[in-house]
Amino acid sequence: MISTTSGLAALAQRIRDAAASRRTLRIRGGGSKDFYGEEPSGELVDTRVLDGAAEHEPTELVVTAPAGMSVAALEAQLAERGQCLAFEPPHFTPGSTVGGMIAAGLSGPARARAGSLRDHLLGVSLLSGSGELMHFGGRVIKNVAGYDVSRLVAGSMGILGVIVQASLKVLPKAEAEATLRFDMKPGEALAALHSWGTLPLPLDASAWWNGNLVVRLRGSAAAVDAASAQLGGDAIAAAAAGRFWLGLRDHSDPFFDAANEAIEHQDAALWRLSLPQTAPLLALAGDELIEWHGGQRWLATSLPAALVRDATSAAGGHATLFRGRDKSAGAFAPLPAPLRLIHERLKRAFDPVGILNPGRLYRGL
Amino acid sequence: MNAATPGAELLAAAAPPGAERARRRAEVVAALGAALPAHALLWQREDTVPYECDGLTAYREQPLVVALPESEAQIAAVLSICHRLGVPVVARGAGTGLSGGALPNALGVTLSLAKFNRIVAIDAKARTATVQCGVRNLAISEVAAAFGLFYAPDPSSQIACTIGGNVAENSGGVHCLKYGLTLHNVLKVRGFTAEGEGVEFGSDALDAAGLDLLSLIVGSEGMLAVIFEVTVKLLPRPTAARCILASFDDVVKAGDAVAAIIAAGIIPAGLEMMDAPMTAAVEDYVHAGYDLDAAAILLCESDGTPHEVEHEVARMVEVLKASGATRLAASANEAERLKFWSGRKNAFPASGRISPDYMCMDSTIPRKCLAEMLVAIGEMTSRHRLRCVNVFHAGDGNLHPLILYDANDTDQLHRAEAFGAEILELSVAMGGTVTGEHGVGVEKLSSMCVQFSPAEREQMLTVKRAFDPAGLLNPGKVIPTLVRCAEYGKMHVKRGLVAFADLPRF
Repeated sequence: MISTTSGLAALAQRIRDAAASRRTLRIRGGGSKDFYGEEPSGELVDTRVLDGAAEHEPTELVVTAPAGMSVAALEAQLAERGQCLAFEPPHFTPGSTVGGMIAAGLSGPARARAGSLRDHLLGVSLLSGSGELMHFGGRVIKNVAGYDVSRLVAGSMGILGVIVQASLKVLPKAEAEATLRFDMKPGEALAALHSWGTLPLPLDASAWWNGNLVVRLRGSAAAVDAASAQLGGDAIAAAAAGRFWLGLRDHSDPFFDAANEAIEHQDAALWRLSLPQTAPLLALAGDELIEWHGGQRWLATSLPAALVRDATSAAGGHATLFRGRDKSAGAFAPLPAPLRLIHERLKRAFDPVGILNPGRLYRGL
Repeated sequence: MNAATPGAELLAAAAPPGAERARRRAEVVAALGAALPAHALLWQREDTVPYECDGLTAYREQPLVVALPESEAQIAAVLSICHRLGVPVVARGAGTGLSGGALPNALGVTLSLAKFNRIVAIDAKARTATVQCGVRNLAISEVAAAFGLFYAPDPSSQIACTIGGNVAENSGGVHCLKYGLTLHNVLKVRGFTAEGEGVEFGSDALDAAGLDLLSLIVGSEGMLAVIFEVTVKLLPRPTAARCILASFDDVVKAGDAVAAIIAAGIIPAGLEMMDAPMTAAVEDYVHAGYDLDAAAILLCESDGTPHEVEHEVARMVEVLKASGATRLAASANEAERLKFWSGRKNAFPASGRISPDYMCMDSTIPRKCLAEMLVAIGEMTSRHRLRCVNVFHAGDGNLHPLILYDANDTDQLHRAEAFGAEILELSVAMGGTVTGEHGVGVEKLSSMCVQFSPAEREQMLTVKRAFDPAGLLNPGKVIPTLVRCAEYGKMHVKRGLVAFADLPRF
């Protein structure tokens, strides 16, 4: 364990007390994702008490960080040694913590190529709903001892346990990077991305919005230069490109500003459509931004939830009501019956009394 | 070739009274006969013998019945019938696993899924392949090659092993550092619950709603669900690849060179190490041109576009020189690259030539401990009076020490097991894991007691129950019981040997 011990003992006791008196707990780090998922409820547990320094081992490509550490501080520490979290986690606000990052399980623009947060998670220590401290996974990349419980925790919205610390695979920052812009309609953009995708190009991130396709190349200087020449388009200067990808990652660019405006004043909602990358355009009314080479599509719309969900599901994906004032339709797509049953049993297995973030992922869980 | 000792639970299951077992078999055969054609049910001993073990041949058991369904509906029916009768089900692919994950249950049905070997779809645009569980690992890349694509995970048994088994074991290979394990390359698994109900984990998108159950299914060794169809990611085939062969006069320097490559910001496609005894054994077998004077050799592969490869090879050569390599050669062409690899790929058969039996360990340790581990293993070889040859997936810290022994000599077997247990315990103490890619199966049940606390093991059992409340899918594997761990701890402390070393073997 790294240096979170004093906060840890008190937290374990608090969970045991809450379990004994059946009081529900709302687990929260920096609160950067309070808007995400179902309505939080319960007594506030601030995981920022689980603070300390991260143990970064550059030659092992692994970092172990306490849950209460800020993602920004963690990334700064990695950057000192030329490494990074390759899945480019969204921060949303400066206070975003490691624990919250894992519990939400979200990945940023680089996800389509670099893999997801879950792919980079090597191990977690967590306190179960009985206040029991357990460690799953570890600090090595190849590990198949027992069920992969640590990765189950990624995206579990805190319903299985309080994350105490986590080990993540880290990677060297790419040697070179370039951002290119193209004038394209959405159909053209998807077709271009999919045809580039079958070639050995260092294609990293992509975003289409409002007639523009912006792509990021990352890799060795030789590969990035060759690919820039091959793809054409307008080269975007590094500083502007950096601001663009950061705005996309943290939902602070003009598309998301407009979406928030629409949520505020027009009863719209922001949907995250997770689709097969090659799914056709869904032609749902609203403003759309396409990432992950078609795999993640943001839709700001006032359409009824059922319509959005049905269209997404018919195309092989699922729709998350990411931001909106009315979440009565459920934040996450409903589960088929056999999976719902497994979810209910897993919740009971980790949190027998049901005190940890109850209902935050699905109502009744 | 491998050997280890069955545990108490398995032995108990192995010895039901003959008449009771025959009655149970008649009952199960009659029930399954309603769902399967006669030729799809095997229960005569001569027919079930081929199923008595997997790649871990030291453990053998006759299944009650072998079922070979030919349709999805038949799989569902077999599971539903077994669930109703309370019969354990052990799913099986090609049977190449190295940890006994497909070891039959004496009172159970072995569900052979090898017949399901159809490639359902290759979607070149989406870069995915949807294949039935019995499709061989290499067959996916062979078919994808026509589209300039490949499936990255490449376990050494890839000619024979099936994708269903790869998913069950979360198989690795020599390219994991760059391309990930099976988990990182699978999008969706379609299969059946223990009750025989159809179920999907993951999706054709990059994620699915709810908890990430796919992460649990991958590597669950057939204990949570039966895998029927898998959708995998395909990658563009690199247009170039080159391999560097580097010699070192000291294992510590070789270990440090591995760390130096990573520290330089390079993620090689493959990074393998062999010690001198292993090098001698493979060189004698395949004549790959390895340096017999080296204390350790490294194989470092770069792949990508020709530009990238040239650049990366040059950088790696520089790092290896600075790390004290005594000899360096970079492959000049594809034939030479394959020759460099031929030795590494034949490490296991080469070991088989120099010893009647060997026991293959599979632990992973932090890379920085490689040299320390090699030194410790050297010390163990003299203490246990056995030879050990070492191949490592050095890039990801996954070790395969092969302990050489003669299974006909009971004392050698004891010593080999004690030797193996010591390596695994040291791996855990170094912050590693008892299995990097072969799985726990039955072979490493006792080692799980070392790596996980009672609370953690109990939590894993509750995960099992969440998927399979009746406990019928591959029972007795992966998660040891409290009793077993208590026994292991007691005997281990007392005698320095693994449990039940004196029990008869079959």
